[in-house]
Amino acid sequence: MSTTTARPGTIDTAALRSGSRPKRHYGTHIFLTVMAVMWLVPLGWSLFTALRPVASTNEHGYFSLAGDFNFDNFIQAWTQGGFATYFWNSIILTVPAVLLTLFLASLMAFAVSRVNWKFNVTLLIMFTAGNLLPPQVLAAPLFEMAKHFEVPYTFSDSGNMLNTYIIVIAVNTAFQMGFCTFVLSNYMKALSADLTEAALVDGAGIWRQYREIIMPLCRPAFAALGTLQVIFIYNDYFWPLIFIQSGNRLPITTAINNLQGEFLSNYNLLAAGAVITVIPTLVIYLLLQRQFVAGLTLGSSKG
Amino acid sequence: MRLFFKGENMASQFDASATAFPSRRSILKTVGVGAAGLAGIPFLAACTGGSAPSASGSDSPGLTFGSGSSDDVPKRAYQAVTDAFTAKTGKKVTTNVVPHNDFQNKINSYLQGSPDDTFTWFAGYRMQYYAGKGLLAPIDDVWETIGGNYSDALKKASTGPDGKMYFVPNYNYPWGFFYRKSLWAEKGYEVPETFDALKTLAAKMQADGIIPIGFADKDGWPAMGTFDYINMRLNGYQFHVDLCSHKESWDQQKVSAVFDTWSALLPFQDPAALGQTWQDAAKALEAKKTGMYLLGSFVTQQFTDPAVLADIDFFAFPEIAMEGRDAVEAPIDGLLLSKKGGENKTARDFMAFLGTAEAQNAYAAVDASNIATAKGTDTSKFSPLNKKCADTIADAKYISQFFDRDALPAMANNVMIPALQSFIKDGKMDVKNLEAQAKTLYAAQ
Amino acid sequence: MSSIAQELIPPEAREPRGGRIRRTKGGRVRRLSRRDKVVLSLMVGIPTLIELAMVWLPMLMSVGLSFTRWNGLDLGDIRPAGGENYQFISQDYPPFWPAVQHNMLWLLFLALIATPLGLLLAVLLDQNIRGSKIYQSIFFAPVMLSLALIGIIWQLFYQRDNGLLNFLLGTAGTPQAVDWFGDSSVNIWAAMIAATWRHAGYVMLLYLAGLKGVDPSLKEAAAIDGASAVQTFFRVVFPAMRPINIVIVVITIIESLRAFDVVYVINRGTNGLEMLSALVIQNLVGEGQVIGVGSALAVVLLVISLVPIVFYLSRTFGKENKA
Repeated sequence: MSTTTARPGTIDTAALRSGSRPKRHYGTHIFLTVMAVMWLVPLGWSLFTALRPVASTNEHGYFSLAGDFNFDNFIQAWTQGGFATYFWNSIILTVPAVLLTLFLASLMAFAVSRVNWKFNVTLLIMFTAGNLLPPQVLAAPLFEMAKHFEVPYTFSDSGNMLNTYIIVIAVNTAFQMGFCTFVLSNYMKALSADLTEAALVDGAGIWRQYREIIMPLCRPAFAALGTLQVIFIYNDYFWPLIFIQSGNRLPITTAINNLQGEFLSNYNLLAAGAVITVIPTLVIYLLLQRQFVAGLTLGSSKG
Repeated sequence: MRLFFKGENMASQFDASATAFPSRRSILKTVGVGAAGLAGIPFLAACTGGSAPSASGSDSPGLTFGSGSSDDVPKRAYQAVTDAFTAKTGKKVTTNVVPHNDFQNKINSYLQGSPDDTFTWFAGYRMQYYAGKGLLAPIDDVWETIGGNYSDALKKASTGPDGKMYFVPNYNYPWGFFYRKSLWAEKGYEVPETFDALKTLAAKMQADGIIPIGFADKDGWPAMGTFDYINMRLNGYQFHVDLCSHKESWDQQKVSAVFDTWSALLPFQDPAALGQTWQDAAKALEAKKTGMYLLGSFVTQQFTDPAVLADIDFFAFPEIAMEGRDAVEAPIDGLLLSKKGGENKTARDFMAFLGTAEAQNAYAAVDASNIATAKGTDTSKFSPLNKKCADTIADAKYISQFFDRDALPAMANNVMIPALQSFIKDGKMDVKNLEAQAKTLYAAQ
Repeated sequence: MSSIAQELIPPEAREPRGGRIRRTKGGRVRRLSRRDKVVLSLMVGIPTLIELAMVWLPMLMSVGLSFTRWNGLDLGDIRPAGGENYQFISQDYPPFWPAVQHNMLWLLFLALIATPLGLLLAVLLDQNIRGSKIYQSIFFAPVMLSLALIGIIWQLFYQRDNGLLNFLLGTAGTPQAVDWFGDSSVNIWAAMIAATWRHAGYVMLLYLAGLKGVDPSLKEAAAIDGASAVQTFFRVVFPAMRPINIVIVVITIIESLRAFDVVYVINRGTNGLEMLSALVIQNLVGEGQVIGVGSALAVVLLVISLVPIVFYLSRTFGKENKA
């Protein structure tokens, strides 16, 4: 911790806050640079490996700059690995789950935050706690429930809810709803009550208050939570692992592990697959990082 | 990166309270009605996975085929079989390939979920178990047409616990010690006939700076091969089979002796075993880093260089105490029909096709590491190694499948895999604990 | 009211809320029409039903199944087993105690290494140093990745013959090369470092948000009193971030209990990487399916998880309950 300031005891707090006069932080910079380099190494190594054709790694070894650099591995991973399908599956799973989660959570949050009711806290506790449970605890019963929920074969080729996207979307929605409800209810509580009072005078019902007053005000919270949920659900490895049996229906995050079995000992191809999988999250991060960070800090209850 | 709570409060950051009534409609679109509308479309499209429900009618045009043969060679070999079927019948085969370890590990949920019509699996108890659970469709009608193509032993191996037929064998392969002839010739190594000779040879290899016995157990199952052979050589075939089905108990001297015998071999087995797959170990054998490698003949799939392949030979697990080398571990792989696939006539036709020399020749043309099971298959292209594999199986007095095919799945997966992995690590085995676990698991079925 | 979002809102923004409470509690001015009541009950009812059916009911079923013996197929085959499954896992199931130890080790590692590292990064980056945003982006990037992917990326780094680490150590291709994910004496540490890669960035972000929220006058006052930076931090700043600290303690515990994806991707949680969550899944959906034993393991995991959950909930909702 001694690297934090050059001369303790004489902190110029004004400068510290405003940043108008940057101080010399050589020690800090050295430490941070070392850490940042270490932080970049795993991803950098994946990218480096992915850019080198197998032929040149076979010839020169993996730890070498010799040989070609090209995108062949990416092309091969994309065509052989079925990434187009997996990405599409990820979108089909993620988009409805996020929209549903936000919609249901906003209903619940509105009810518990804008209307005084004695079970409010109990319900909120139930929702928040549900989100903190380890998913593995719920796996077997949910699997059995899905298996015994029989539907016509025309609807699902398993004759039940297994191997369908709906069950994965539903479980993800139920699991993430608790967290979103918790965050949104706090957000709504912070909004001025006068807004709805005024609407009441105009004779607006509950639904109109929700739809026309509160919802528009929560737009920033939705943006933040939505971004966060897209990342969470896109990154969900577990539920598709449990529910989806057909390899060609897996989302990218779960399918990437299969690639490990498929591209066995072809680390170049595996690295290309890993880099391809990283790209969407990094794009979202770069475009929407403010929303993402806001979402994380908003509800830092998320494990 | 702009942090969100930078001395401002959340509401003003978002400018929420300032704009009381912003454009209502855009919000509605994104959150309310829009959400329901947007969600609805992918829902309907998604419910069957975006593809038409798989063929399940009696006059369906094709079939789906689930394959755990994910390595390059067997994958292409099955492709050749399905292509031949399509060429012959005009029926389309949709193949879903899953990496073999995942395929096996998820078999329970696969069969209970939406299995393909027909899928690759194994003979032995590991097939009977799922037949007994009612997850498979019997195929006695298929066997009426292909029965003549198989020996009685293979027919027996394809029979379920209820006496009905469930399985169509495709190929089998012997387990033995594979090695590179050129390395052995160069160093003057001799094939060991007895366990003591094996130990002497291994010590010599170690002195030469070679890891004597290639070994890989990251996936958990390959080490079972060593256990099976030592048990059969030490206690005999019948004891081994009875132990697998828990008619013999684990906490007896005979079982401890297996591990005691094995511990003499442990120092010679590749110490990196737990971190590598059999494919890695095959590469090490190819590179002459290891002297020999106990595995099934499928190991040769990894040797893509014909010169290397021609340089490979194998010998049977040496004799220890009884029955000489009469027992051979030679698992049979083939196809099963899922319960749902039982309604698909084309799937039955496909299984019947696999039970012919024609289909098995198509397979063997690509994957020569395994030995076709149907009578009348083409042996003219056999390499000396193929012939030796085929003869080894044909001459065997007793044939075991493999521990995970002869024993209860829970015993093999939940008990033996961690137990063998920890044995490889520290050379200790608590047979009392094996028995305690076996008792609970066999009783739970 | 002690949730982070609330705590971070300056008092003046909270004022209106107090006002609202007084008003609604006082006169109960608003009377709900019948239609409003229907709408409200739907708004509460639908999400609550989903939450009950898909989270709490399965949880109770897990508890129930842990006292049975079942092959997972026909519901009619379920047999009562009393406490046998618990006896089995505690006495006869060898991976159980290693898994408990590994979960504890994981927790300690995150708590003693990863979390303090994140805190240190946050404190350093809070000083308005040049390039702070770039540093933040770099440290935060792994938080965007799934743990499954992290397992694969680190596999490439740790691999015995072709991994970067062994090249850097100069051991690649020699007998001294370490298979970091395969050697059971080191793989838990290797996996924890991979997890730290993600966890530290997460903690850094939360603390940065917390540090921005600390009243600067506190630090000024401490500086005037002649406190050193370190003293200021530990005596003034750190205690002022109590709500963030609670959240981070809970996240750290929950993450260590959930450490499933990364070990499952490496080797399905075997050979030195036994974890309670991975054992649950091996027993519930693996080829060797034993529902009773898997459920008993799940209940053990549940009971341990309830400790931080209850702690967190009592901190978060305790005050509201009393109000």
